Amino acid sequence: MTLPELSSSLLYVAFIAYLIATFVFGGAVKGNKEGSFKSEGRWGKIAFIITLIGFIAQLGYFFTRWAATGHPPLSNMFEFTTAFGMTLVGGFIILYLLYKTPVLGMVVLPVALLIIAFASMFPSEVSPLIPALQTNWLAIHVSTTVIAEGILAISAGAGLIYLLKVVDMEKKSKQRFWLETIMYSLIVVVGFVVASTYFTLTDYQAEFTYINKDNAEASIEYNMPPLVGMNEYTSLTEGAMEPLLETPAIINAGKVTTVLWSFIVGTILYWIIRLIARKRIAAIFKPFLKNVNLQLMDEINYRSVIIGFPLFTLGALIFAMIWAQIAWSRFWGWDPKEVWALITWLFYAAFLHLRLGKGWQGEKSAWLAVAGFAIIMFNLVAVNLIIAGLHSYA
Amino acid sequence: MENLVCKCGHKNPPGTILCESCGRSLTEEEQSKKLADMRYEGTARRSQTYNKSIIDKIWNFFSSVKVGVGIIVVLLVAAAIGTILPQAQYVNVPVRNDATLQAYYADVYGEIGKIYYFLGLHDMYSSFWFITLVGLLAISLIVASLDRFVPLYRSLKNQRVLRHRSFMNKQRIYAEGQAPDDVLVKAEEKLKELKYNVTLDKNGLLAEKGRFSRWGPYVNHIGLIIFLSGVMLRMVPGFYVDETLWIREGETRAIPEAPGYYLESEKFTIETYSGEGDEELFEDALDRVGTVAKNYQTDIVLYQTPEESLPGATDEMEMMKEESIRVNQPLKFDGYAVYQMDYKLNELRAMTFDLTDKETDASLGTLTIDLVKPEDSYDLGNGSKVDLLGYYPDFSGFENGEPQTATPVPNNPGFLVRMYTPETPEGEVSFIVIQDTIEPLGENQYKLTFQSAETRHASGLTIRKDRTLPILGLGGLIFMIGVAQGMYFNHRRFWIQQQEGGTVLLAGHTNKNWFGLKKDLDQVSEYASLPVYTDQQEEVEKKEKLDKEQKVEGDELR
Repeated sequence: MTLPELSSSLLYVAFIAYLIATFVFGGAVKGNKEGSFKSEGRWGKIAFIITLIGFIAQLGYFFTRWAATGHPPLSNMFEFTTAFGMTLVGGFIILYLLYKTPVLGMVVLPVALLIIAFASMFPSEVSPLIPALQTNWLAIHVSTTVIAEGILAISAGAGLIYLLKVVDMEKKSKQRFWLETIMYSLIVVVGFVVASTYFTLTDYQAEFTYINKDNAEASIEYNMPPLVGMNEYTSLTEGAMEPLLETPAIINAGKVTTVLWSFIVGTILYWIIRLIARKRIAAIFKPFLKNVNLQLMDEINYRSVIIGFPLFTLGALIFAMIWAQIAWSRFWGWDPKEVWALITWLFYAAFLHLRLGKGWQGEKSAWLAVAGFAIIMFNLVAVNLIIAGLHSYA
Repeated sequence: MENLVCKCGHKNPPGTILCESCGRSLTEEEQSKKLADMRYEGTARRSQTYNKSIIDKIWNFFSSVKVGVGIIVVLLVAAAIGTILPQAQYVNVPVRNDATLQAYYADVYGEIGKIYYFLGLHDMYSSFWFITLVGLLAISLIVASLDRFVPLYRSLKNQRVLRHRSFMNKQRIYAEGQAPDDVLVKAEEKLKELKYNVTLDKNGLLAEKGRFSRWGPYVNHIGLIIFLSGVMLRMVPGFYVDETLWIREGETRAIPEAPGYYLESEKFTIETYSGEGDEELFEDALDRVGTVAKNYQTDIVLYQTPEESLPGATDEMEMMKEESIRVNQPLKFDGYAVYQMDYKLNELRAMTFDLTDKETDASLGTLTIDLVKPEDSYDLGNGSKVDLLGYYPDFSGFENGEPQTATPVPNNPGFLVRMYTPETPEGEVSFIVIQDTIEPLGENQYKLTFQSAETRHASGLTIRKDRTLPILGLGGLIFMIGVAQGMYFNHRRFWIQQQEGGTVLLAGHTNKNWFGLKKDLDQVSEYASLPVYTDQQEEVEKKEKLDKEQKVEGDELR
């Protein structure tokens, strides 16, 4: 087995371990009848050990890939997103050691699984570094940032548990709507993974030529049936689906198509689950959360932010500025990725001021933590894939 | 407003909530509370005291956390709007001016682009209103910090050991009860062991630890202010240089804004990954994306002219350094840094032509025109000669019959020539561009036939000098120290008083982490046999919960 092969096998092992651990954590929480914390402790411990095995395997993936390529695997969408899944689990491990809360594992691990699955939809072969990335700052800046984001994401996990417990799913309210929207958007990510996997396995391909924004002819390959066509497109593949509508030249219809398929598959999945369960997705979790200590969740939420925020400042702003000064001759250039790192930082600064200065604890804090995660995900996904900038390495 | 005189006789500044000396509650509202408001030690904050003059109102506005957070949120939303479409600096237009930029946004992004440009969002981050917003945030940082820091500092510096009973029993951690006579001595011993600073006064004891953590927020705000002032300093001339230098292989050029320094480019190299040998494992990736750049490099020699030489005189240059400038490896000298930013391959260097008879194709001689320093006239011998009447390095078309050049770079050279031969001694005029010849004064007998071209690479270098960087670094460092100081440490205090008859009062306070405070207190209590304490906050919460439950039960019964 070559080093890159070993590396990807280890990632598989990690994925499977997280998957198993999710269910064992779920069992630990569910099996725990009110008042008896023994079974929670025992099964929680087993689930935690499985998580640790997975985490060690993923560290193995990370370092064997580093050894194979000679550079830290943090250089493209697949590598960064996978590492984000890893630091999320790492953050969970730290907070589990502090607070021993299986319920956090039950919520955080599936999110980590989703992130790793999402990552593997991007090209995963080992690729060489462009000149701008050939420096130790790649390891320093990106690893600090991804660790900080992993820990900040834990605060969102704790916030989500808090909300799942306190928001009344029986009565119509804004809170109920937004909480269900969060659950729905997680399922849309599942939809993306399912759709991409299906069309990759069936080897779907359709080629088109079109007129790009500079009025030149260009070509594009769709890996999903083209729901939306490029500007003045012509199909080159026989029997390919006729796009339902045409977009202006500045819009990449290939990406729009992917997003649409994710929503279609995600929505179908959502309704299947909802109809089988006969309740909203957020309500399904209620029975698991009977014994959740809300104060503890609030504490975990806050603790993760005060660990994550200084790390984020260091990695995503200070180290980023030092590197930008070396590589691009200016420490700050209002590149979209930079701007969104600043937005993330400002958001958590506001979070801390509201919490410490205005007493926004409990539910308000929980909503803020979830919103912070949404901003981090936006910076990861949308800024890389939609908004073009210096950081679009994927 | 008048000073507030406490029952203990201490004169407190107006607006004080808890007496600076004994800790008694001074306002009715505070007196009615079960627990004392210890956030700023009950001191008089300017913003909470005065609200008459316009200055008071401005001060109060900026000292509010709500306003501060409001400014942060507005900045955050504005920053996000600026990323919807690319900023003007990242847009590619052939000639950069307002008209071409406006046209670009309209052409590429349609209606949205027009609106975006009209609102000035294409250059938002340097707009007046955006910078004003950052300025407002800076003012808020300063005012809010001063409003809180000054009274807090005074209060903590002058705090007394002995506090009034009403101060003690309004603390969250409180105990009252019998204790042995040596309680103060033993408590002092244990508290010192736990690294507390202990002060004794008559029958009382004050133990304190980690007061510096209270300064954390102000320290990190100072860091941010230093950072922002560093950024502002860049507008002062001399602090900041940002220049572009295009240099071709073999050229020596003066470095802009760096008097006395010259740079020679020996060679520009571009390498791409081959996918062979060591790089075999990248084969799949390279197959998918095509070529990937591996290295951009300009090999340079840095020269300096002696200080006493005349400006521009290059004959006495001394070699300083021979180096390769690569991405991530700028050349550094005397506070300047030179970066590899751009390149142009195969720029025309010289062009060779044959003077030929159109009918017979016979050559009368060859001439090579140096595109950087063209000569006025080229003698081909045997009575033939070519005069260069006009040279247009980057020919862009005719205007009023005159050839025009867009730039001084030989991208598309055009030559207006007069050709003399023994047969045409009065000369024939011809205009030559690549792939085309125009004969403006009628049909010619001779023409210049293109033979070959010599090319070379050009490097686009950026020259920077930024004397604000140490200031920015200092600001960042202070910010990080302040954040750690405020977040990872906490300020813990205990007050113990021995009353007549063996009763002991005990109070404890911390700005955060009550769990840690209680752990300390448990150790001291055990050692010094202190009375059992209660967490009054928890008592209050428990009572509220109980009340609520009883109310629910009551509702159900009804």
